[in-house]
Formats: sequence, C-alpha cells, structure tokens
Amino acid sequence: MDGSLLLGILPQVLLDGLILGFMYALIALGYTMVYGVLEFINFAHSEIFIVGAFVGVEILLGLKSAGALDALPWPLLLLLVLLAGMAASGVLAVTVERIAYRPLRQAPRLIPLISAIGISFFLQDAIRLFESLWRNAFNLVYPTMDALNVRFELTSTIDVSVKSLVVIVAALAMLAVLHLLVNRTKVGAAIRAVAEDQAAASLMGINVNRIISLTFLIGGAMGGAAGVLFGVQYGLINPYTGFIPGLKAFTAAVLGGIGNIPGAMVGGLVLGLLEAFAASYLSLLTGGAFGAEYKDIFAFSVLIIILIFRPKGLLGEVVRGRA
Amino acid sequence: MRNSIVRSVVGVLVVLALAAVPAGAPIAQGKGTIKIATQSPLSGGQAALGEGIKLGAQLAVEKFKGPLEKMGYKVEFVPYDDQAKPDVGVSNSKNIIADKDILAVIGHLNSGVAIPSSEVYKEVSLAMISPANTNPTVTDRKYTNVNRVCGRDDVQGVVGSEFAKGLNAKTVYVIHDKTPYGQGVAEFFRDDAKKKGLNVLGFEGTEEKSNFDPIITPMKARNPDLIYFGGIYDQGAPFFKQAREKGVKSKFMGPDGMDSSDLVKIAGKNVVGMYYTSAAGPASVLPKAKQFVDDFKKKFGKNPEPYAAEAYDAATVALKAIEGAAKGGKAPSREDVSVAVRKVKLAGITGDIEFDAKGDRKKALYFVLQVDSDDPQKWGDNKIVKQLAIAPPSSSAKP
Repeated sequence: MDGSLLLGILPQVLLDGLILGFMYALIALGYTMVYGVLEFINFAHSEIFIVGAFVGVEILLGLKSAGALDALPWPLLLLLVLLAGMAASGVLAVTVERIAYRPLRQAPRLIPLISAIGISFFLQDAIRLFESLWRNAFNLVYPTMDALNVRFELTSTIDVSVKSLVVIVAALAMLAVLHLLVNRTKVGAAIRAVAEDQAAASLMGINVNRIISLTFLIGGAMGGAAGVLFGVQYGLINPYTGFIPGLKAFTAAVLGGIGNIPGAMVGGLVLGLLEAFAASYLSLLTGGAFGAEYKDIFAFSVLIIILIFRPKGLLGEVVRGRA
Repeated sequence: MRNSIVRSVVGVLVVLALAAVPAGAPIAQGKGTIKIATQSPLSGGQAALGEGIKLGAQLAVEKFKGPLEKMGYKVEFVPYDDQAKPDVGVSNSKNIIADKDILAVIGHLNSGVAIPSSEVYKEVSLAMISPANTNPTVTDRKYTNVNRVCGRDDVQGVVGSEFAKGLNAKTVYVIHDKTPYGQGVAEFFRDDAKKKGLNVLGFEGTEEKSNFDPIITPMKARNPDLIYFGGIYDQGAPFFKQAREKGVKSKFMGPDGMDSSDLVKIAGKNVVGMYYTSAAGPASVLPKAKQFVDDFKKKFGKNPEPYAAEAYDAATVALKAIEGAAKGGKAPSREDVSVAVRKVKLAGITGDIEFDAKGDRKKALYFVLQVDSDDPQKWGDNKIVKQLAIAPPSSSAKP
C-alpha cells in the first residue's frame, strides 16, 4: 500500500474519530456522573440516550409532515430538537431513578444494577412497541436537512460536512457548560458535596434526593443531546441502536476514570479515535488480512493494555472526590 | 457480550410465550388438522421482507386449501417470527417439529437462519420450501427435505460481476455483512470479478449498522468505479446513504438483499440509479403474477414486497405435495410430503417450478434491476436492465 494514500486519509480519519469520540463523551457523562455520586452503573443509560434520538426524529417527522421543515431556519430547528431531546431524556432518567433505583438505594450494590438492566430491556421494547403502533416502523430515518449536508471539500479525499461541525461544536459547548456548572456554581458545589459524603451533605442542609435527581437530569440530558446528534449524524435509528454506543461510552467512562468528568471526555475521544483508526487502517496496513471488522478487537485490546498500566483510568477514578 | 446473550434468551422466551398462546384448543374435525408453517422475520429491521413472505404464503394457503378440506382435513396456517436470528429460528424449528400437524415449512428469509433451522427439520424429514434463501449451502447439503424456489448466490454473484464488467467498471470495492448470505454472495462476486480482470480494491466485512465513516474514508480515497455491498437493505441503505453524502461518486450495486422498498425509504435519493441483482423479479414482469398482485393488494392493502410471490409459489407447492401424499386416503406423513415435493410440477406465478435432486429449481430466473425513484411506493416500477434464466451449476462451488 502506498504511503501517500495512508497519509492522505489521515486528517479525515482523525475527523471521523473526533466526531465519534465526542458522541461517546457526551453519553459517557451520564455514566460517570451517576457513578461519581452514587457509585452505581446506570445500565439503562444507553436507552435513555436513544430515547433522545427518537424524540428528535418524531419532532422532525412531525414538522416535515406539517410542511414546516423547510420553513424554519436550520439552526433554530436543530436547537429546538436538541432541547426537546435533552428534556425528554433528562426527565426519563429522573423518573427511572425515582421508580427503579431510589427504593433500592440501601440495598447491596448488585441489586440496583440488575434493576438497571431490567429497565434497559423494558425501555427498548417499550420504544419498539410504541413505534410499531404509531408508525408501523422499526427503523426510523432522520429527515435530511440539506443545509446540514453541505460539505466543505478541503482536498479530494478530505471534507467536512456542516453536521459534523455541529456535532463537535455542540459537544464542546455542552461539556464547557457542564464543567462550569459543576465547578463554579452553588448547585455544583452541592453535587460535589453529595458525592463526597451523603450523610454530611444532608447535615449541611443539602437535599440529597433532589441533588441525586438533578445528577440524573443532567446526565440524562447530555445523553439525550447525544441521541439527537447521533441521529442527525448517522441518519438511521431503531430501538436497539442505543445498546452498542452505550456499551462503548461506558467503556470510555472507565477508560477516562469513572466518576471523573474530564475523564469521560478524554476516554470518549481516545476510544473514538482508536476505533476510527482501526476501522480505516487495519485492512490497508495488513494487506486485507485484518479488515474493518476487527476494529473493536483492536480498540479494546488497546484499552486492556491501558487499564493494565493505569487501572484507575487515564485521569484516575474519582469515587469520593469531585463528581 | 454477555448482555446480548441475555437479550437473546429473553427474546426466545417471549417468542415461545407468544407461540404457545394460539395453540390453545385444537378442534378435531374429520380426519384431523394439517398445518403449514412459515418462518421469517416479522419483527426487527428486516420485517418488511419477512412480513411479505408470511402474507404471500397465507394468500396461497387460503386460495388452494379447498381440495384438502374436501378430503376432510382442516387446514391451518401458522406463522413464526424468526427475527432474522439463527438462535430464534432454531428454537422455533424445535417447536415446529414438536407439532405433529405441521407438514411443511415455508421459510426463511435469511440463509444464515435457514441453514441451522433446516438441520432441525431434517431430523423428522419435515419439508422446507424456501422462497428466498440463495446461499448455495442450503441445497448443497443434498437434504431430501430442503428445497427452494429462488436462485443461488453462486449464480447471482456472477450475474452481478458480469453486469459490472458490462458497465465498463475497471475497479470494484466489496463490502459485506459477515452473514453466510452476505459474505457468501460478496465472495462469489469478488472471485468472478477477479477472474474477469476487474481490479478488486478492497474486501471488507462489517457488522456496523450506523456509523460507516471509517469504512467510507479509505474507500473514497481509492475512488472505485463500483461499490458492491453483499448484505441486506437495513444495513446497505445507511451505508450507501452515508457514502453518497460523503461525496463518493462510484456506482452502487448489491444482491437481492437490497430488493426492498425500505432501501429508498432509508437512503432516499442517494440510491437512485443503484443496481441490484435479484432472484425474484418484480411481480410486474411475471405475466401470471398480476392476479396475485391484485389479490394481495385487495386483502392486505399494500403492495407485495419481493419474495411474497416466491412464498406464494412455495406454499402452493407445499399444498400440492400434501394433496398428492394424501391421495391414498391415509393421513400423509412428513416423509411422504418431502418425497412428494420433489415430484411436484407446477406452473407457478414465478414460472415453471420443478426441483432437481438437490432441491434447486431446474431453471431459476435472475434479474439485474436499477432503482428508478426515491419514492418507496414506486419500488415495483424499478427497471429491469437484464434478465436471465439459468440452471443451477452442476458441480457446486465452495459455500
């Protein structure tokens, strides 16, 4: 394989990896925030993520059938859909916590984990039931907004589409807001206090239940935003689509150091880049012996190696520190 | 991936529970009950095609059950949902062989499901007549109970590569879905393309369903004349859509797995002009199929998807065979029916049907079609650009 081709596609591969990585990072926040506060893995988060995507597509399809899709300017439309997806997923996450996790908070750690897996199954099939009754469809397609598909061709092999830029900008903005919220506001201080010591925090007059609900709301909203961006970027969703990205995002959270917010971002980006590299280059470098289908094996092998040397993740696990 | 095993187990349990419900109270009447089963995906991403198979077979059973009823049998139609998953298909098969009244199975959609499921049918010589399984292995095992009314991938792949050469393509890039069907047909396409002097730039398998960026990037850089996707529309459609949106200008091609109106529903204008080979022609070119299309529309309120006509013919063959086996007056056994299927000669709506010693059709039809419009309603109007009737290869190629 000639070197010019290998180098020529490198910027595009980096870009693909970044987009995927930001997506993972946004989902990973939901895992990591809940873990930081409750030391509990919310396995239903992959479904909370995809619910955001479904709410987004329903709104877009509704507007499309009303003929309003082309009437509204796309940034406004996108903002509307993002906010709706965030609200729906955030509220869903809070509801799930209230119904399935809070009654089990004093139970041994494995019990709410099983409850979470149950909720995950329940949500998948609830979406499937709803969509088959409502639209008689399994796969839903995001309506194309032509403005989002505009591409800037940098060279013959490298180009950037508007929607890729939107994903990156939206993800960066949300991560920045979250960072400020947790570290610079009173609410953030309360979240950190609850993560540090629930009993002491409640003695200081913090409503622990409300803060935990808030944590789920924020984590869920980030997941919902990721869901909408996922739909806009890749175009096709079904009730089971959330599972694999959810699993990858969970991995990204562990890789970055679970419970650690900047860690989730770093973990997501590393995993996204590894995956993109493996899928694009494995077959080129091995002359076709190992193809793109080995991307997960490659990416996860690297993860295992990283975790052997840094068992607490790249930035360190935060269990009783910052949320 | 323990979680996905858990999911499969739960899925199977749900199917079992659902399957158990309608088998409530069989009423003995006359000589007893004869059941025809279908197995195809009725839920999930490939349900559009699977539902078509079920409805096609159902239509045939309702239309041709008369003679058996006159003989005193009650004829029932029992659809099963294999979810396009091998494990679900096999566990359904075990339920099917446990129900002694089932004398024939019409199915499946996916070769990867049909091959392990037919191992179960073989235990009791239960006749399986496939409307859609094109992988050579299905019949190359020479089971006496396994038949198909559709063509074979070792022919379909070659039809595809020959057409690609005819398009003046010099370089091709091949992607497949890693299932026995998709990878199988992609390998036949690749091998024959190489033989014909085409330059195969890449051959990749992927189970990815949403993010094809990392596969498209190196592919785009090498700018092939034609891209072939060996797989099914629920994966092929997002792949082709993303490729076009990323500025890939190559011609697109796929096997009969792309033959569903859902392809354009998902990929829209991005796949207009794409070619696909098929072992099932659109009903509009089959002269006898007009009545079938009208009946189908009247009864179910929609157009038949590809393979519905094949399923209709397969179920007709099954009923004729059961009739033949029941002529002597005694209740036909499963062995009798399997033997009788091989003797059936039928002028079906997809042409004359007669099976060879392996269970392949003596002559099957192959088509190359081109996507004409981005309107899913107009899928049936796709243009046939080439049509061939080919006998199965005498010595089987590798699976």
